[in-house]
Amino acid sequence: MTQNEALFQYVTRIGDNSLILGQRLSEWCGHGPILEEDIALTNTALDLIGQATSLLKYAGEIEGKGRNEDQMAFLRYEHEYFNCLLLELPNTDYAYTLARQFLFDHFNYFMYEELLNSEDRQLAAIAEKSLKEVTYHRRRSSEWLIRLGDGTQESHDRIQFAINDIWEYTGELFEADEVDQMMFEAGIGVNLAKIKTAWHKNVSEVMDAATLTKPQEDFMQLGGKKGVHTEYMGYILAEMQYMQRAYPNCEW
Amino acid sequence: MTSSEWPLWEVFIRSKQGLDHKHAGSLRAADAEMAIENARDVYTRRSEGVSIWVVESKHVVASSPEDNASFFEPSDSKIYRHPTFYEVPDGIEHM
Repeated sequence: MTQNEALFQYVTRIGDNSLILGQRLSEWCGHGPILEEDIALTNTALDLIGQATSLLKYAGEIEGKGRNEDQMAFLRYEHEYFNCLLLELPNTDYAYTLARQFLFDHFNYFMYEELLNSEDRQLAAIAEKSLKEVTYHRRRSSEWLIRLGDGTQESHDRIQFAINDIWEYTGELFEADEVDQMMFEAGIGVNLAKIKTAWHKNVSEVMDAATLTKPQEDFMQLGGKKGVHTEYMGYILAEMQYMQRAYPNCEW
Repeated sequence: MTSSEWPLWEVFIRSKQGLDHKHAGSLRAADAEMAIENARDVYTRRSEGVSIWVVESKHVVASSPEDNASFFEPSDSKIYRHPTFYEVPDGIEHM
């Protein structure tokens, strides 16, 4: 694998994480529990899709085959998406949606914080812009976690159940493969081991405050970073890609 | 409205440094922190503000419409309270 191929893969993964979670969150648009939450959650979705736009545009430039951000987002096949599995999990209910958001926001925050120092200036610039947005996402989802965990018996039980259920998808965030290793050694990518330590510390603190129990490290699901997805992924793409597949090159 | 509904909050936004906070609207939130965040998401998403105040609506004391006649009408006939009898010197702007 050349340095350029690794960089393409690396940037695409970060972009796909944002894209797929943004798409998932946008499913809540018009369905939020109250108006304020509906707007807040779709703001987050738009932040993520904005980040995906910058990252996938850059990935297309690195690849050098003339693909723009729209072609990257809408015209790839399932095995060509490299997001972590956590982000394609269904919304299920508000507990699952916020549990997923909380676990990912803390990862995303520390990742962008590290990327500020990336040798790749474009990536560092995207990180600087994104970090401001993600700082807010993290604050919001952490406060929600505390509110639900330390709220009523029902809200406590439901958020704990959701976290326990999706915990096995968190390990992949920190799983370093050849691409991660090459990018880290080149001074472009982040040190996933370092982020993992910071993530565990911060997630533990919030969960303690929320009177929730952090699950044990156990078997972890992997695959997304290699393009092997859950059964949910195809449905996301079917909905997301419908317009471009049915009406190629359509604009609006 | 049910008793389990979140309380109502009034939102005040300062659009830029040096200006006053202005009433922007209201929203529902479970606590003060959530009210600030919801205000950020609902009322500042198009760069409307640099500072937010929230106050629970129940703490706002309002005048009563029945008092309008005694409260506000007496001042209608007192035009001398407006500074309209001065001549503005040349070169003074923004008056």
